[in-house]
Amino acid sequence: MELLAPAGSLAALKAAVDEGADAVYLGFKDDTNARHFAGLNFNDRQLNQGVQYAHDHNAHVHVAINTFAHPNRAQVWFDGVKHAVDIGANVLIASNIAVLEYAATHFPQLELHLSVQASATSSAAINFFKPFGIKRVVLPRVLSFQQVANLKQDTDLDLEVFAFGSLCIMAEGRCYLSSYMTGESPNTVGACSPAKYVRWNDTEQGLESRLNNVLIDRFQEDEKAGYPTLCKGRFNVDGKITHALEEPTSLNTLELLPKLYKLGVCSLKIEGRQRSPAYTRQVTRVWRQAIDSVMKNPDTFHTQDSWNQQLAQLSEGSQTTLGAYARQWQ
Amino acid sequence: MKLSLGNLLFFWPQQQVHDFYDHAKTSIADTLYLGESVCSKRRELKLNDWLELGKDISQQGKQVVLSSLALLEAKSELAVLKKVCDNGEFLVEANDFAAVHLLSSQHIPFVAGASLNVYNQHDLQYLYKKGMQRWVMPVELSKDWLSDMIEGCKELGIHKKFEIEVYGFGHLPLAYGARCFTARSENRPKDDCNLCCINYPQGRHIDSQEGEELFLMNGIQTLSGKAQNLINDLPHMQGLVDMVRINPHSLESLTWLTLFKQNMQGKAPVSTKDYCNGYWHKIPGMSLVG
Repeated sequence: MELLAPAGSLAALKAAVDEGADAVYLGFKDDTNARHFAGLNFNDRQLNQGVQYAHDHNAHVHVAINTFAHPNRAQVWFDGVKHAVDIGANVLIASNIAVLEYAATHFPQLELHLSVQASATSSAAINFFKPFGIKRVVLPRVLSFQQVANLKQDTDLDLEVFAFGSLCIMAEGRCYLSSYMTGESPNTVGACSPAKYVRWNDTEQGLESRLNNVLIDRFQEDEKAGYPTLCKGRFNVDGKITHALEEPTSLNTLELLPKLYKLGVCSLKIEGRQRSPAYTRQVTRVWRQAIDSVMKNPDTFHTQDSWNQQLAQLSEGSQTTLGAYARQWQ
Repeated sequence: MKLSLGNLLFFWPQQQVHDFYDHAKTSIADTLYLGESVCSKRRELKLNDWLELGKDISQQGKQVVLSSLALLEAKSELAVLKKVCDNGEFLVEANDFAAVHLLSSQHIPFVAGASLNVYNQHDLQYLYKKGMQRWVMPVELSKDWLSDMIEGCKELGIHKKFEIEVYGFGHLPLAYGARCFTARSENRPKDDCNLCCINYPQGRHIDSQEGEELFLMNGIQTLSGKAQNLINDLPHMQGLVDMVRINPHSLESLTWLTLFKQNMQGKAPVSTKDYCNGYWHKIPGMSLVG
């Protein structure tokens, strides 16, 4: 079972590799990358250094080209695929038909993983993408554990699931809330609730967070003010001010680890390319210990309190949840 | 340009659905989309009921298309989707690549729905080869983006090989979630939702703390708080768009079919105050130009 860690920067990549990640995932400094944020990601020199560092330590590098090619400059996405091959990436993570088809046609040796942005939640959807020669599917965070287990039975492709990090409550790749408010979405520019639209105002009613001038939340002094990802705002539903879409909690599947292992999930993905190298270091360290422990003996595995304490400090809103995995849905 | 009437996105009681279609079947819409695309638990009309309704409507000389579920999670949902795809009579709107797979593997032509991630001419070419007859543009794309895609299609030699449809009126589907937002708003768990979304026949409003209309919750779907209205943009669609869709949220929505028809050439513009049209103009979707 692979530990796949986020590398939003060269420093984060090194931290992940040092702490024992089996693989890291990263993206280029452009809108081919669904984590296209200012100050993140890799230029050419850093890419080469990063791949070298990972390979020197027997870690794999997955390159995410997981947005959707624009019609007037699709070549940028295709060049990105070639670039990934040139730097020696082990895997390409992609969601767009055009990108997958290009990679399958021009670089048949390149291992392809279907990005979570492709929203493949059923065996039939997976089969749609199978002709591109994909080896692995990254599952959306909308599925319950039982649904993941059902999929495992119904497909012969490898399955990768999100184990820890920020929780996207919407089916990935199918959320336009951000472009409705700002004109920019994960699918089109590779960013949700982009920072350039965020404003903070200290007012008599509290600290306000705004996205493109829309009030997302208002915090009192004793409250922790989170980034205004718009689905995590507090809104008015028939007079009640509430987290109408999503509480600001994070995903943490530590206690599911033995079940995921026994099911044969091949990789656990840690979310957080937008987070600091310190985050990557700490979260990778905890999950390395946990995975080593479960692989030693899944039946005697138990979650150590210190792991949960360390992870809770790294979580958004300091609360963690099993997300949809915990649901009883079939 | 032809006009279509989108499938009902909200959950209405059976009688209300039949009343609606008694009017809709004599409307000027060329194409009617029928069926459930949001939640598999909504069974006021079952597949056979939709098929019966479809037969009735197609006798009026209208094209009937069955819309399929956008977010599939359970095996039972996949089984229902198979039945929809195998209906043998009506064209199917595929709202997930699972449906595209089920249809194309049997060489059944299909409509590629707006919730499929299709963003460029290469995607269109791939789907065209799989049997796509009509493509419904994702709601977040603009006139400029569409123009670029059409230019790309010309280069690939697939221009005019399939129809292009655009959402013209109605609340826009913006997201599909793991949870039922409507059930949650009533403090009900999703698996004990009591089908409470039937109590919100036009969705439940999510406003900002300053009273700005932001979204509508509709079961597991989040819709735009404002309805989109491209009636005054119709003249600029000529040559780009083959079909414009009206997504109904009430019986009154049907009157927009007539208003749209009258303004195809821009001769009967209508005030669109309180609506939005930003996506078409390449600005935030909730904005209004004009």
